[in-house]
Amino acid sequence: MADTGMMEERSLVVIGGGPAGLAAALAAREAGVKDILILERDKRLGGILNQCIHNGFGLHTFKEELTGPEYAARYINRVLEEKIEYITDAMVIDVNSDKIVTYMHGKVKQIRAGAVILAMGCRERPRGALNTPGYRPAGIYSAGTAQYYVNIEGRMPGKRCVILGSGDIGLIMARRMTLEGAKVLCVAEIQPYSGGLKRNIVQCLNDYDIPLLLSHTVVDIKGKERVEGIVIAKVDDKMQPIPGTEIEYECDTLLLSCGLLPENELSEKAGVKLSPVTGGPIVNESLESSVPGIFACGNVLHVHDLVDYVSGEAANAGERAAAYLSGELDESSPEDIILQGTDGVRYTVPVTVNVKRMKDLQTVRFRVGKVFGVSDIVVNADGKEIMKKRKRSLAPGEMEELILKKSVLEEVASSGAHTITIGVREVLQ
Amino acid sequence: MSKTIIPDGTTELTCIGCPKGCLVSVTIENGEIKEITGNSCQIGYNYASAEVTNPRRTLTSSIKVNGGVLAMVSVKTASDIPKGLLLDAMKVIKAAVVTAPVSIGDVLIENILDTGVDVVATSNVPVR
Repeated sequence: MADTGMMEERSLVVIGGGPAGLAAALAAREAGVKDILILERDKRLGGILNQCIHNGFGLHTFKEELTGPEYAARYINRVLEEKIEYITDAMVIDVNSDKIVTYMHGKVKQIRAGAVILAMGCRERPRGALNTPGYRPAGIYSAGTAQYYVNIEGRMPGKRCVILGSGDIGLIMARRMTLEGAKVLCVAEIQPYSGGLKRNIVQCLNDYDIPLLLSHTVVDIKGKERVEGIVIAKVDDKMQPIPGTEIEYECDTLLLSCGLLPENELSEKAGVKLSPVTGGPIVNESLESSVPGIFACGNVLHVHDLVDYVSGEAANAGERAAAYLSGELDESSPEDIILQGTDGVRYTVPVTVNVKRMKDLQTVRFRVGKVFGVSDIVVNADGKEIMKKRKRSLAPGEMEELILKKSVLEEVASSGAHTITIGVREVLQ
Repeated sequence: MSKTIIPDGTTELTCIGCPKGCLVSVTIENGEIKEITGNSCQIGYNYASAEVTNPRRTLTSSIKVNGGVLAMVSVKTASDIPKGLLLDAMKVIKAAVVTAPVSIGDVLIENILDTGVDVVATSNVPVR
Protein backbone atom coordinates (compact mmCIF):
# COMPACT_ATOMS: atom_id res chain seq x y z
CA MET A 1 0.00 0.00 0.00
CA ALA A 2 1.08 3.59 -0.62
CA ASP A 3 2.35 5.82 2.14
CA THR A 4 -0.23 5.78 4.86
CA GLY A 5 1.68 7.84 7.37
CA MET A 6 2.31 6.88 10.99
CA MET A 7 0.05 4.21 12.34
CA GLU A 8 -2.19 5.68 15.01
CA GLU A 9 -3.11 3.59 18.05
CA ARG A 10 -6.57 3.62 19.61
CA SER A 11 -8.18 1.60 22.38
CA LEU A 12 -11.54 1.28 20.69
CA VAL A 13 -12.59 2.00 17.13
CA VAL A 14 -16.33 2.01 16.40
CA ILE A 15 -17.14 1.62 12.71
CA GLY A 16 -20.38 3.47 12.01
CA GLY A 17 -21.91 6.53 13.71
CA GLY A 18 -25.55 5.46 13.48
CA PRO A 19 -27.69 4.40 16.43
CA ALA A 20 -25.63 1.25 17.09
CA GLY A 21 -22.24 2.95 16.93
CA LEU A 22 -23.34 5.88 19.10
CA ALA A 23 -24.84 3.69 21.83
CA ALA A 24 -21.85 1.32 21.76
CA ALA A 25 -19.35 4.17 22.10
CA LEU A 26 -21.31 5.74 24.97
CA ALA A 27 -21.54 2.46 26.87
CA ALA A 28 -17.83 1.82 26.37
CA ARG A 29 -17.09 5.31 27.74
CA GLU A 30 -19.35 4.67 30.74
CA ALA A 31 -17.45 1.44 31.33
CA GLY A 32 -14.21 3.41 31.49
CA VAL A 33 -12.73 3.38 27.98
CA LYS A 34 -11.06 6.76 27.53
CA ASP A 35 -9.71 6.44 24.02
CA ILE A 36 -12.60 5.89 21.60
CA LEU A 37 -12.92 6.87 17.95
CA ILE A 38 -16.11 6.65 15.89
CA LEU A 39 -15.65 6.51 12.11
CA GLU A 40 -18.70 7.60 10.10
CA ARG A 41 -18.82 7.65 6.31
CA ASP A 42 -21.64 10.20 6.04
CA LYS A 43 -21.27 13.94 6.61
CA ARG A 44 -22.91 13.75 10.02
CA LEU A 45 -23.62 11.34 12.84
CA GLY A 46 -27.00 9.65 13.26
CA GLY A 47 -27.05 7.18 10.39
CA ILE A 48 -30.34 6.25 8.81
CA LEU A 49 -32.29 7.90 11.67
CA ASN A 50 -31.64 11.27 10.01
CA GLN A 51 -34.00 10.41 7.19
CA CYS A 52 -36.53 8.53 9.34
CA ILE A 53 -38.50 11.66 10.17
CA HIS A 54 -41.60 9.73 11.27
CA ASN A 55 -42.36 9.17 14.93
CA GLY A 56 -42.48 5.97 16.96
CA PHE A 57 -38.88 5.82 18.15
CA GLY A 58 -37.78 5.76 21.77
CA LEU A 59 -40.84 4.34 23.51
CA HIS A 60 -38.67 1.75 25.24
CA THR A 61 -35.51 3.79 25.75
CA PHE A 62 -36.93 7.19 26.68
CA LYS A 63 -40.57 6.32 27.48
CA GLU A 64 -41.71 8.90 24.97
CA GLU A 65 -42.41 8.93 21.29
CA LEU A 66 -39.68 10.60 19.24
CA THR A 67 -38.93 11.01 15.56
CA GLY A 68 -35.75 9.46 14.14
CA PRO A 69 -33.69 12.68 14.11
CA GLU A 70 -34.75 13.46 17.69
CA TYR A 71 -33.79 9.98 18.84
CA ALA A 72 -30.38 10.30 17.15
CA ALA A 73 -29.88 13.77 18.65
CA ARG A 74 -30.25 12.39 22.20
CA TYR A 75 -27.29 10.10 21.59
CA ILE A 76 -25.28 12.59 19.56
CA ASN A 77 -25.61 15.17 22.34
CA ARG A 78 -24.32 12.67 24.87
CA VAL A 79 -21.41 11.75 22.59
CA LEU A 80 -20.54 15.45 22.39
CA GLU A 81 -20.89 15.90 26.17
CA GLU A 82 -18.63 12.91 26.75
CA LYS A 83 -16.18 14.37 24.23
CA ILE A 84 -16.01 11.08 22.39
CA GLU A 85 -13.97 11.63 19.24
CA TYR A 86 -15.51 11.02 15.86
CA ILE A 87 -14.59 11.59 12.25
CA THR A 88 -17.28 12.06 9.61
CA ASP A 89 -16.67 11.60 5.87
CA ALA A 90 -14.48 8.69 6.96
CA MET A 91 -14.97 5.61 4.80
CA VAL A 92 -13.49 2.47 6.31
CA ILE A 93 -12.09 0.34 3.51
CA ASP A 94 -10.45 -2.45 5.46
CA VAL A 95 -10.30 -4.13 8.85
CA ASN A 96 -8.02 -7.08 9.40
CA SER A 97 -7.87 -9.74 12.07
CA ASP A 98 -5.08 -7.81 13.83
CA LYS A 99 -7.67 -5.04 14.25
CA ILE A 100 -5.89 -2.64 11.94
CA VAL A 101 -8.53 -0.32 10.54
CA THR A 102 -7.85 1.40 7.21
CA TYR A 103 -10.04 4.33 6.20
CA MET A 104 -10.28 7.17 3.72
CA HIS A 105 -10.55 10.69 5.03
CA GLY A 106 -8.90 12.96 2.52
CA LYS A 107 -6.19 10.34 2.32
CA VAL A 108 -5.75 6.75 3.41
CA LYS A 109 -5.13 6.40 7.14
CA GLN A 110 -4.57 3.44 9.42
CA ILE A 111 -5.30 2.79 13.07
CA ARG A 112 -4.23 -0.11 15.22
CA ALA A 113 -7.20 -0.71 17.53
CA GLY A 114 -7.28 -2.58 20.81
CA ALA A 115 -10.88 -3.55 20.08
CA VAL A 116 -13.25 -2.90 17.20
CA ILE A 117 -17.02 -2.60 17.25
CA LEU A 118 -18.70 -3.27 13.93
CA ALA A 119 -21.76 -1.02 13.65
CA MET A 120 -22.10 -0.50 9.90
CA GLY A 121 -25.83 -1.22 9.75
CA CYS A 122 -27.56 -2.70 6.76
CA ARG A 123 -28.66 -1.79 3.27
CA GLU A 124 -31.72 -2.48 1.19
CA ARG A 125 -32.06 -5.51 -1.00
CA PRO A 126 -31.41 -4.11 -4.48
CA ARG A 127 -33.55 -4.56 -7.56
CA GLY A 128 -31.16 -7.08 -9.07
CA ALA A 129 -31.77 -9.49 -6.23
CA LEU A 130 -35.50 -9.38 -6.94
CA ASN A 131 -35.23 -10.82 -10.43
CA THR A 132 -38.03 -8.62 -11.77
CA PRO A 133 -38.24 -8.63 -15.58
CA GLY A 134 -38.44 -5.63 -17.90
CA TYR A 135 -36.28 -2.80 -19.15
CA ARG A 136 -34.37 -0.52 -16.83
CA PRO A 137 -36.51 2.62 -17.00
CA ALA A 138 -36.16 5.57 -14.64
CA GLY A 139 -38.63 5.63 -11.77
CA ILE A 140 -37.55 2.55 -9.82
CA TYR A 141 -36.17 3.28 -6.38
CA SER A 142 -35.54 1.43 -3.19
CA ALA A 143 -37.91 2.77 -0.53
CA GLY A 144 -34.99 4.14 1.47
CA THR A 145 -33.61 6.05 -1.51
CA ALA A 146 -37.03 7.59 -2.09
CA GLN A 147 -37.14 8.43 1.62
CA TYR A 148 -33.83 10.26 1.30
CA TYR A 149 -35.03 12.25 -1.72
CA VAL A 150 -38.31 13.27 -0.09
CA ASN A 151 -37.20 13.89 3.48
CA ILE A 152 -33.66 15.20 3.12
CA GLU A 153 -33.62 16.77 -0.33
CA GLY A 154 -37.30 17.73 -0.58
CA ARG A 155 -37.69 16.15 -4.02
CA MET A 156 -40.48 13.80 -5.09
CA PRO A 157 -39.54 10.64 -7.00
CA GLY A 158 -42.90 10.48 -8.80
CA LYS A 159 -46.62 11.20 -8.83
CA ARG A 160 -48.26 7.77 -9.12
CA CYS A 161 -46.63 4.96 -7.33
CA VAL A 162 -46.72 1.21 -6.70
CA ILE A 163 -44.76 -0.27 -3.80
CA LEU A 164 -43.39 -3.80 -3.90
CA GLY A 165 -42.76 -5.31 -0.49
CA SER A 166 -44.46 -4.51 2.78
CA GLY A 167 -41.37 -3.91 4.90
CA ASP A 168 -41.69 -1.03 7.35
CA ILE A 169 -39.83 1.45 5.13
CA GLY A 170 -42.21 0.66 2.27
CA LEU A 171 -45.23 1.23 4.51
CA ILE A 172 -43.79 4.44 5.93
CA MET A 173 -43.08 5.67 2.40
CA ALA A 174 -46.61 4.81 1.24
CA ARG A 175 -47.89 7.32 3.81
CA ARG A 176 -45.13 9.83 3.15
CA MET A 177 -45.69 9.89 -0.62
CA THR A 178 -49.44 10.24 -0.05
CA LEU A 179 -49.00 13.16 2.34
CA GLU A 180 -46.74 14.84 -0.22
CA GLY A 181 -49.48 14.59 -2.82
CA ALA A 182 -48.59 11.42 -4.73
CA LYS A 183 -51.11 8.68 -5.40
CA VAL A 184 -49.98 5.34 -3.98
CA LEU A 185 -51.96 2.73 -5.87
CA CYS A 186 -51.12 -0.32 -3.81
CA VAL A 187 -48.51 -2.19 -1.79
CA ALA A 188 -47.87 -5.68 -3.18
CA GLU A 189 -46.35 -8.34 -0.93
CA ILE A 190 -45.30 -11.73 -2.29
CA GLN A 191 -45.69 -13.41 1.11
CA PRO A 192 -49.12 -14.21 2.51
CA TYR A 193 -48.34 -11.90 5.45
CA SER A 194 -46.95 -8.40 5.86
CA GLY A 195 -43.25 -7.88 6.44
CA GLY A 196 -43.86 -4.77 8.52
CA LEU A 197 -45.28 -3.96 11.93
CA LYS A 198 -49.06 -4.12 12.38
CA ARG A 199 -49.18 -0.52 13.58
CA ASN A 200 -47.68 0.59 10.29
CA ILE A 201 -50.35 -1.24 8.29
CA VAL A 202 -52.94 0.71 10.29
CA GLN A 203 -51.41 4.17 10.34
CA CYS A 204 -49.67 4.14 6.95
CA LEU A 205 -52.01 2.12 4.72
CA ASN A 206 -55.48 1.87 6.31
CA ASP A 207 -55.53 5.57 7.28
CA TYR A 208 -55.09 6.49 3.62
CA ASP A 209 -57.10 3.63 2.04
CA ILE A 210 -54.02 2.18 0.35
CA PRO A 211 -54.66 -1.47 -0.50
CA LEU A 212 -52.21 -4.14 0.71
CA LEU A 213 -52.17 -7.03 -1.75
CA LEU A 214 -50.79 -10.10 0.00
CA SER A 215 -49.51 -13.01 -2.11
CA HIS A 216 -48.96 -10.63 -5.04
CA THR A 217 -45.84 -9.62 -6.90
CA VAL A 218 -44.63 -7.54 -9.83
CA VAL A 219 -44.49 -9.57 -13.03
CA ASP A 220 -43.81 -6.81 -15.55
CA ILE A 221 -42.56 -3.25 -15.64
CA LYS A 222 -43.89 -1.21 -18.57
CA GLY A 223 -41.98 1.67 -20.09
CA LYS A 224 -38.54 2.06 -21.61
CA GLU A 225 -37.28 5.52 -20.62
CA ARG A 226 -39.55 5.99 -17.62
CA VAL A 227 -41.85 3.60 -15.77
CA GLU A 228 -45.29 3.77 -17.41
CA GLY A 229 -47.02 0.92 -15.68
CA ILE A 230 -46.54 -1.96 -13.29
CA VAL A 231 -48.18 -5.34 -13.78
CA ILE A 232 -48.99 -7.23 -10.61
CA ALA A 233 -50.19 -10.81 -10.35
CA LYS A 234 -51.31 -13.11 -7.59
CA VAL A 235 -48.89 -15.88 -6.64
CA ASP A 236 -49.62 -19.47 -5.63
CA ASP A 237 -48.32 -21.13 -2.48
CA LYS A 238 -45.00 -21.75 -4.25
CA MET A 239 -44.81 -18.01 -4.97
CA GLN A 240 -45.26 -18.55 -8.71
CA PRO A 241 -47.41 -15.96 -10.51
CA ILE A 242 -50.85 -17.32 -11.42
CA PRO A 243 -51.61 -16.66 -15.12
CA GLY A 244 -54.78 -14.66 -15.68
CA THR A 245 -54.53 -12.73 -12.39
CA GLU A 246 -52.45 -9.88 -13.83
CA ILE A 247 -53.57 -6.30 -13.15
CA GLU A 248 -51.79 -3.33 -14.73
CA TYR A 249 -51.41 -0.15 -12.72
CA GLU A 250 -50.65 2.99 -14.68
CA CYS A 251 -47.90 4.75 -12.74
CA ASP A 252 -44.51 6.45 -13.03
CA THR A 253 -42.79 5.06 -9.96
CA LEU A 254 -42.02 1.70 -8.34
CA LEU A 255 -40.63 1.63 -4.83
CA LEU A 256 -38.97 -1.53 -3.55
CA SER A 257 -39.15 -2.48 0.10
CA CYS A 258 -38.06 -6.07 -0.04
CA GLY A 259 -35.86 -6.59 2.95
CA LEU A 260 -32.62 -5.41 4.44
CA LEU A 261 -29.22 -7.05 4.31
CA PRO A 262 -26.54 -6.57 6.99
CA GLU A 263 -23.55 -4.84 5.42
CA ASN A 264 -20.61 -7.10 6.22
CA GLU A 265 -17.94 -6.70 3.56
CA LEU A 266 -15.59 -5.28 6.19
CA SER A 267 -16.39 -8.06 8.65
CA GLU A 268 -15.46 -10.63 6.02
CA LYS A 269 -12.16 -8.90 5.37
CA ALA A 270 -11.41 -9.17 9.08
CA GLY A 271 -12.02 -12.90 8.90
CA VAL A 272 -15.23 -12.71 10.95
CA LYS A 273 -17.45 -15.75 10.42
CA LEU A 274 -20.92 -14.87 9.16
CA SER A 275 -24.25 -16.59 9.68
CA PRO A 276 -25.73 -17.88 6.43
CA VAL A 277 -29.19 -17.05 7.80
CA THR A 278 -28.78 -13.46 9.01
CA GLY A 279 -25.77 -12.49 6.90
CA GLY A 280 -24.32 -10.99 10.08
CA PRO A 281 -21.43 -12.10 12.28
CA ILE A 282 -21.77 -15.21 14.42
CA VAL A 283 -21.39 -13.87 17.95
CA ASN A 284 -21.11 -15.16 21.49
CA GLU A 285 -22.95 -13.91 24.58
CA SER A 286 -20.67 -10.85 24.65
CA LEU A 287 -21.56 -10.00 21.03
CA GLU A 288 -17.96 -10.82 20.16
CA SER A 289 -17.37 -12.27 16.73
CA SER A 290 -15.18 -15.24 15.82
CA VAL A 291 -12.23 -12.82 15.86
CA PRO A 292 -11.35 -11.97 19.49
CA GLY A 293 -11.73 -8.27 20.20
CA ILE A 294 -14.05 -7.59 17.27
CA PHE A 295 -17.63 -7.05 18.40
CA ALA A 296 -20.83 -6.45 16.41
CA CYS A 297 -24.15 -4.81 17.17
CA GLY A 298 -27.21 -3.33 15.52
CA ASN A 299 -28.32 -4.06 11.98
CA VAL A 300 -24.88 -5.24 10.86
CA LEU A 301 -25.41 -8.15 13.25
CA HIS A 302 -29.03 -8.90 12.38
CA VAL A 303 -31.79 -6.65 11.10
CA HIS A 304 -33.89 -5.19 13.92
CA ASP A 305 -37.45 -3.82 13.83
CA LEU A 306 -36.87 -1.21 16.51
CA VAL A 307 -34.02 1.18 17.07
CA ASP A 308 -34.63 0.88 20.82
CA TYR A 309 -33.47 -2.72 20.63
CA VAL A 310 -30.47 -1.69 18.54
CA SER A 311 -29.44 0.81 21.21
CA GLY A 312 -29.78 -1.77 23.97
CA GLU A 313 -27.81 -4.38 22.08
CA ALA A 314 -25.13 -1.86 21.11
CA ALA A 315 -24.72 -0.70 24.71
CA ASN A 316 -24.11 -4.30 25.62
CA ALA A 317 -21.44 -4.61 22.90
CA GLY A 318 -19.77 -1.39 24.08
CA GLU A 319 -19.68 -2.56 27.65
CA ARG A 320 -18.32 -5.97 26.66
CA ALA A 321 -15.66 -4.39 24.44
CA ALA A 322 -14.62 -2.35 27.47
CA ALA A 323 -14.37 -5.56 29.49
CA TYR A 324 -12.23 -7.09 26.73
CA LEU A 325 -9.88 -4.10 26.78
CA SER A 326 -9.47 -4.26 30.56
CA GLY A 327 -8.84 -7.99 30.43
CA GLU A 328 -12.04 -8.85 32.30
CA LEU A 329 -13.52 -10.80 29.43
CA ASP A 330 -12.03 -14.20 30.05
CA GLU A 331 -11.15 -15.39 26.55
CA SER A 332 -9.83 -18.70 27.88
CA SER A 333 -13.11 -19.82 29.43
CA PRO A 334 -13.97 -23.17 27.92
CA GLU A 335 -17.34 -24.76 27.34
CA ASP A 336 -19.58 -22.64 25.22
CA ILE A 337 -23.20 -23.72 25.07
CA ILE A 338 -24.48 -23.62 21.51
CA LEU A 339 -27.89 -22.06 20.85
CA GLN A 340 -29.82 -23.50 17.95
CA GLY A 341 -33.05 -22.35 16.34
CA THR A 342 -35.39 -25.22 15.57
CA ASP A 343 -39.09 -25.78 14.75
CA GLY A 344 -39.77 -22.47 13.06
CA VAL A 345 -36.99 -20.43 14.69
CA ARG A 346 -34.65 -19.33 11.89
CA TYR A 347 -31.69 -18.12 13.92
CA THR A 348 -30.61 -16.90 17.32
CA VAL A 349 -28.36 -14.05 18.43
CA PRO A 350 -26.10 -14.92 20.16
CA VAL A 351 -25.10 -18.29 18.74
CA THR A 352 -23.03 -19.40 21.72
CA VAL A 353 -23.19 -18.62 25.43
CA ASN A 354 -20.27 -19.03 27.76
CA VAL A 355 -21.71 -19.71 31.19
CA LYS A 356 -18.68 -18.29 32.98
CA ARG A 357 -18.63 -15.05 31.00
CA MET A 358 -22.37 -14.47 30.78
CA LYS A 359 -24.15 -12.04 33.08
CA ASP A 360 -27.03 -13.02 35.35
CA LEU A 361 -29.47 -12.54 32.51
CA GLN A 362 -28.79 -13.20 28.83
CA THR A 363 -31.08 -11.78 26.16
CA VAL A 364 -31.53 -14.04 23.16
CA ARG A 365 -33.17 -12.58 20.05
CA PHE A 366 -34.57 -14.52 17.13
CA ARG A 367 -37.03 -14.54 14.27
CA VAL A 368 -39.50 -17.15 13.12
CA GLY A 369 -39.86 -18.30 9.52
CA LYS A 370 -43.65 -18.17 9.22
CA VAL A 371 -46.78 -16.88 10.96
CA PHE A 372 -47.86 -18.78 14.08
CA GLY A 373 -51.01 -18.43 16.18
CA VAL A 374 -50.95 -18.91 19.95
CA SER A 375 -47.65 -20.68 20.57
CA ASP A 376 -45.14 -21.66 23.19
CA ILE A 377 -41.52 -20.77 22.65
CA VAL A 378 -39.87 -23.87 24.01
CA VAL A 379 -36.27 -24.01 25.21
CA ASN A 380 -34.68 -27.45 25.44
CA ALA A 381 -31.25 -28.46 26.72
CA ASP A 382 -30.16 -31.67 25.05
CA GLY A 383 -33.82 -32.58 24.58
CA LYS A 384 -35.01 -31.65 28.09
CA GLU A 385 -37.37 -28.70 28.42
CA ILE A 386 -35.89 -25.96 30.60
CA MET A 387 -38.10 -23.01 29.79
CA LYS A 388 -41.33 -22.06 28.03
CA LYS A 389 -42.87 -18.74 27.08
CA ARG A 390 -46.39 -18.28 25.70
CA LYS A 391 -47.02 -15.84 22.83
CA ARG A 392 -50.35 -14.77 21.33
CA SER A 393 -48.87 -14.82 17.85
CA LEU A 394 -45.52 -14.89 16.07
CA ALA A 395 -44.60 -13.47 12.68
CA PRO A 396 -41.39 -13.21 10.62
CA GLY A 397 -41.71 -9.43 10.60
CA GLU A 398 -41.44 -9.19 14.37
CA MET A 399 -38.26 -9.99 16.26
CA GLU A 400 -38.76 -12.05 19.40
CA GLU A 401 -36.67 -12.27 22.51
CA LEU A 402 -36.33 -14.36 25.60
CA ILE A 403 -34.12 -14.07 28.64
CA LEU A 404 -31.97 -16.98 29.83
CA LYS A 405 -30.93 -17.04 33.47
CA LYS A 406 -27.35 -17.78 34.44
CA SER A 407 -28.51 -20.16 37.18
CA VAL A 408 -30.46 -22.19 34.63
CA LEU A 409 -27.53 -22.35 32.20
CA GLU A 410 -25.13 -23.31 35.00
CA GLU A 411 -27.38 -26.26 35.71
CA VAL A 412 -27.45 -27.11 32.02
CA ALA A 413 -23.66 -26.96 31.80
CA SER A 414 -23.16 -29.08 34.93
CA SER A 415 -25.52 -31.71 33.52
CA GLY A 416 -23.11 -32.03 30.60
CA ALA A 417 -25.44 -30.62 27.95
CA HIS A 418 -23.81 -28.62 25.16
CA THR A 419 -26.74 -27.55 23.03
CA ILE A 420 -29.83 -25.51 23.76
CA THR A 421 -32.57 -25.45 21.17
CA ILE A 422 -35.22 -22.76 20.86
CA GLY A 423 -38.33 -23.72 18.95
CA VAL A 424 -41.98 -22.84 18.46
CA ARG A 425 -44.78 -25.18 19.49
CA GLU A 426 -48.15 -23.97 18.26
CA VAL A 427 -50.90 -24.39 20.86
CA LEU A 428 -54.05 -25.93 19.43
CA GLN A 429 -57.12 -24.13 20.68
CA MET B 1 -67.77 10.76 26.83
CA SER B 2 -68.27 11.97 23.25
CA LYS B 3 -70.48 10.16 20.77
CA THR B 4 -68.93 7.39 18.74
CA ILE B 5 -68.48 7.80 15.01
CA ILE B 6 -68.95 4.13 14.21
CA PRO B 7 -72.11 2.02 14.57
CA ASP B 8 -73.09 -0.15 17.53
CA GLY B 9 -71.40 -3.54 17.88
CA THR B 10 -67.86 -4.74 18.52
CA THR B 11 -64.98 -3.28 16.52
CA GLU B 12 -61.48 -4.71 16.46
CA LEU B 13 -58.63 -2.19 16.31
CA THR B 14 -54.87 -2.54 16.15
CA CYS B 15 -53.37 -0.12 18.63
CA ILE B 16 -50.69 2.10 17.10
CA GLY B 17 -49.43 3.37 20.46
CA CYS B 18 -46.32 1.19 20.35
CA PRO B 19 -44.78 -1.48 18.11
CA LYS B 20 -46.49 -4.25 20.07
CA GLY B 21 -49.66 -3.55 18.07
CA CYS B 22 -52.24 -4.96 20.51
CA LEU B 23 -55.54 -6.09 19.04
CA VAL B 24 -58.12 -4.10 21.01
CA SER B 25 -61.86 -4.79 20.96
CA VAL B 26 -64.26 -1.91 21.49
CA THR B 27 -67.91 -2.64 22.18
CA ILE B 28 -70.31 0.18 21.41
CA GLU B 29 -73.92 0.34 22.57
CA ASN B 30 -76.36 3.19 21.84
CA GLY B 31 -73.49 5.25 20.45
CA GLU B 32 -71.44 4.94 23.62
CA ILE B 33 -68.40 2.89 24.50
CA LYS B 34 -69.46 0.00 26.73
CA GLU B 35 -66.29 -2.03 26.96
CA ILE B 36 -62.66 -1.98 25.80
CA THR B 37 -60.67 -5.22 26.01
CA GLY B 38 -57.42 -6.65 24.66
CA ASN B 39 -55.29 -3.59 25.42
CA SER B 40 -52.26 -4.23 27.59
CA CYS B 41 -51.86 -0.68 28.86
CA GLN B 42 -53.50 2.73 29.24
CA ILE B 43 -52.16 3.84 25.84
CA GLY B 44 -54.28 1.13 24.22
CA TYR B 45 -57.36 2.20 26.17
CA ASN B 46 -56.88 5.84 25.22
CA TYR B 47 -56.17 4.98 21.59
CA ALA B 48 -59.25 2.78 21.25
CA SER B 49 -61.61 5.27 22.87
CA ALA B 50 -60.26 8.13 20.72
CA GLU B 51 -60.32 6.00 17.59
CA VAL B 52 -64.08 5.43 17.77
CA THR B 53 -64.92 9.01 18.76
CA ASN B 54 -62.29 11.42 17.47
CA PRO B 55 -59.28 9.71 15.84
CA ARG B 56 -56.08 11.70 16.12
CA ARG B 57 -52.58 11.35 14.67
CA THR B 58 -49.22 13.02 15.08
CA LEU B 59 -48.17 14.40 11.70
CA THR B 60 -44.51 14.33 10.67
CA SER B 61 -43.12 16.00 7.57
CA SER B 62 -40.40 18.41 6.51
CA ILE B 63 -40.24 22.12 5.71
CA LYS B 64 -38.01 24.00 3.26
CA VAL B 65 -35.07 25.83 4.81
CA ASN B 66 -33.25 28.81 3.32
CA GLY B 67 -29.55 29.22 3.99
CA GLY B 68 -29.06 25.95 5.85
CA VAL B 69 -26.60 23.10 5.41
CA LEU B 70 -29.63 21.01 4.42
CA ALA B 71 -32.53 21.84 2.09
CA MET B 72 -35.19 20.59 4.51
CA VAL B 73 -35.82 20.49 8.23
CA SER B 74 -37.89 17.64 9.64
CA VAL B 75 -40.95 18.64 11.69
CA LYS B 76 -43.82 17.19 13.69
CA THR B 77 -47.01 18.39 15.25
CA ALA B 78 -46.13 18.87 18.92
CA SER B 79 -49.04 16.58 19.78
CA ASP B 80 -51.68 14.72 17.82
CA ILE B 81 -54.24 16.51 15.65
CA PRO B 82 -57.59 15.27 14.29
CA LYS B 83 -56.98 12.63 11.63
CA GLY B 84 -59.34 14.38 9.22
CA LEU B 85 -57.08 17.45 9.18
CA LEU B 86 -53.86 15.67 8.14
CA LEU B 87 -54.03 16.54 4.44
CA ASP B 88 -55.04 20.15 5.10
CA ALA B 89 -52.19 20.46 7.60
CA MET B 90 -49.83 19.17 4.92
CA LYS B 91 -50.85 22.05 2.64
CA VAL B 92 -49.82 24.53 5.32
CA ILE B 93 -46.56 22.70 5.96
CA LYS B 94 -45.70 22.48 2.25
CA ALA B 95 -46.26 26.22 1.81
CA ALA B 96 -43.97 27.14 4.70
CA VAL B 97 -40.33 28.22 4.31
CA VAL B 98 -38.03 28.91 7.25
CA THR B 99 -34.54 30.36 7.54
CA ALA B 100 -31.54 28.64 9.11
CA PRO B 101 -30.46 28.11 11.80
CA VAL B 102 -33.20 25.82 13.07
CA SER B 103 -32.92 23.80 16.26
CA ILE B 104 -34.89 20.85 17.59
CA GLY B 105 -38.01 22.12 19.35
CA ASP B 106 -38.19 25.45 17.51
CA VAL B 107 -41.82 26.34 16.77
CA LEU B 108 -41.99 26.74 12.98
CA ILE B 109 -45.77 27.02 12.55
CA GLU B 110 -47.95 28.20 15.42
CA ASN B 111 -51.37 26.71 16.10
CA ILE B 112 -51.76 24.89 12.80
CA LEU B 113 -55.36 25.04 11.45
CA ASP B 114 -56.51 26.39 14.83
CA THR B 115 -55.94 23.00 16.43
CA GLY B 116 -54.03 24.62 19.27
CA VAL B 117 -51.07 22.49 18.22
CA ASP B 118 -47.75 23.91 17.00
CA VAL B 119 -45.50 22.41 14.34
CA VAL B 120 -41.98 22.06 15.76
CA ALA B 121 -38.59 21.19 14.30
CA THR B 122 -37.28 17.68 14.97
CA SER B 123 -33.78 18.20 13.61
CA ASN B 124 -31.05 20.82 13.71
CA VAL B 125 -30.15 22.69 10.54
CA PRO B 126 -27.18 25.01 11.08
CA VAL B 127 -26.42 27.94 8.78
CA ARG B 128 -24.59 26.95 5.61
